[in-house]
Amino acid sequence: MIEISHLTKKFNDKSGEVTALHDVNLSIGRGDVFGIIGMSGAGKSTLLRCLSTLETPTSGTVTLDGVNLHTLSGNDLIQMRRRMGVVFQGYNLLMQRTVRQNVAFPLSLAGGDPAETARRTSELLELVGLSAKADSYPSQLSGGQKQRVAIARALSTSPEVLLCDEPTSALDSLTTKSVLELLRDINRKLNVTIVIITHEIAVVKAICNKVAVIDASEFVEWGDTQEIFAAPKSRMTRQLLGYEVMNDD
Amino acid sequence: MIETIQKFAPLLWENTLVTLGMVGASTLFAYLLGLPMGVLLRVTDRGGIMENHAFNSAFGWVVNILRSLPFIILMISISPFTRLLVGKAIGPVAACVPLVIGAAPFVARLVETSLAEIDTGMIEAAKCMGATNWQIISKVMVRESVPSLIRGLSISTITILGYSAMAGAIGGGGLGDVAIRYGQHRFEPKVMLLTIILLVIIVCVIQIVFDRLSTRLDKRNR
Ligand SMILES: Nc1ncnc2c1ncn2[C@@H]1O[C@H](COP(=O)(O)OP(=O)(O)OP(=O)(O)O)[C@@H](O)[C@H]1O
Ligand SMILES: [Mg+2]
Repeated sequence: MIEISHLTKKFNDKSGEVTALHDVNLSIGRGDVFGIIGMSGAGKSTLLRCLSTLETPTSGTVTLDGVNLHTLSGNDLIQMRRRMGVVFQGYNLLMQRTVRQNVAFPLSLAGGDPAETARRTSELLELVGLSAKADSYPSQLSGGQKQRVAIARALSTSPEVLLCDEPTSALDSLTTKSVLELLRDINRKLNVTIVIITHEIAVVKAICNKVAVIDASEFVEWGDTQEIFAAPKSRMTRQLLGYEVMNDD
Repeated sequence: MIETIQKFAPLLWENTLVTLGMVGASTLFAYLLGLPMGVLLRVTDRGGIMENHAFNSAFGWVVNILRSLPFIILMISISPFTRLLVGKAIGPVAACVPLVIGAAPFVARLVETSLAEIDTGMIEAAKCMGATNWQIISKVMVRESVPSLIRGLSISTITILGYSAMAGAIGGGGLGDVAIRYGQHRFEPKVMLLTIILLVIIVCVIQIVFDRLSTRLDKRNR
């Protein structure tokens, strides 16, 4: 459903030009839980920002069901954004609004019927197990709870795709496990395609059926998680799996 | 002293009300002008949602020039405009015109600073949810910075109070007028002292009320 072809993204920095992504190609199927793994600075967040239309590629295209995301503007762009939910590493919750208001926010932006918005919001809070915290403010929640609110919020417009940038990197291992279980549930029950950016191999092993390994702004390997991890071809994959010691030339 | 208080109480009370009215009205209108100006400064700035370098620097210059004019000079130089707008150039109502024009650019910068405190991640999240620019401004930027805007409101109200005392000195009415007329010209230092005490009390009350309000409204405090 998502096709990335010849995607290149360069930034013009004070220190000169930085290539964050170089000629990246990838296809993500409907219903996949797709992991994108790589070291810090490899270009993972940049890729996700291109998918979520926050960044415009220098060249190449990203299409969702055949529609080129970066040619859209105005209302078409807004409608397209509602088809994709985004979960950020830093949660990015509205601090002056309650949990309930945060989850309802995307729907209220769309000007939905208030009664329907309230019903949908309660349903989502139930799904992420936070009904009891509905009237709390984000500052009163733990990191794991905040991430659950962020996930519920991203799901409120019933998106077809959930894009997650390091959704668990600020969480401890037990909380990570429960958030990953929640994501897997969402994938199965709601049939939402999930793209997860991570630097932790355990996250990919736990829930991703597909994986792509990114190294220094290029994909070095991609395909079925099991196949790739059973017989890693690239050096980067082996390093991530811990078969090779870092800095070993 | 008691004698002075008894003698001047009605005059002081009346002029306290005049000052409060003048400051209240001027603050209101200064925000009606300054709030949109501050929003414009912020959204057109680098990294803003409607980034526009040319507009931002031109508008920034206008604001800075207005801010650097001493209030007294501004008040005198725009008096023809004031007369055009309210029919006269003297008295508390007329004083509101330069007060608003003098304070609006100051308010704009305060608002800009408050809005700049908003985390860009929050704005990007709203974009991803399909928010329009107007929704980002009203429902994210302004809404999320309400506690900070209220702290700014306390600073601008106190600044306008200071300006209003100056305006009083050249016929604006209010406590500044009393201080000059009685304290200076008629040489009644006790009256001067009383107006100063009243001004100090007003400043303290504004500060405390707005700070409490800001803290109470800020949901980042657990
Ligand atoms: N707005 C920007 N301006 C300039 N350079 C940028 C910008 N955003 C990213 N980069 C550069 O692009 C490269 C890739 O960054 P990116 O954030 O995508 O990495 P990442 O894989 O997400 O890393 P991490 O795991 O640390 O989050 C880095 O070298 C970074 O410095
Ligand atoms: Mg990143």
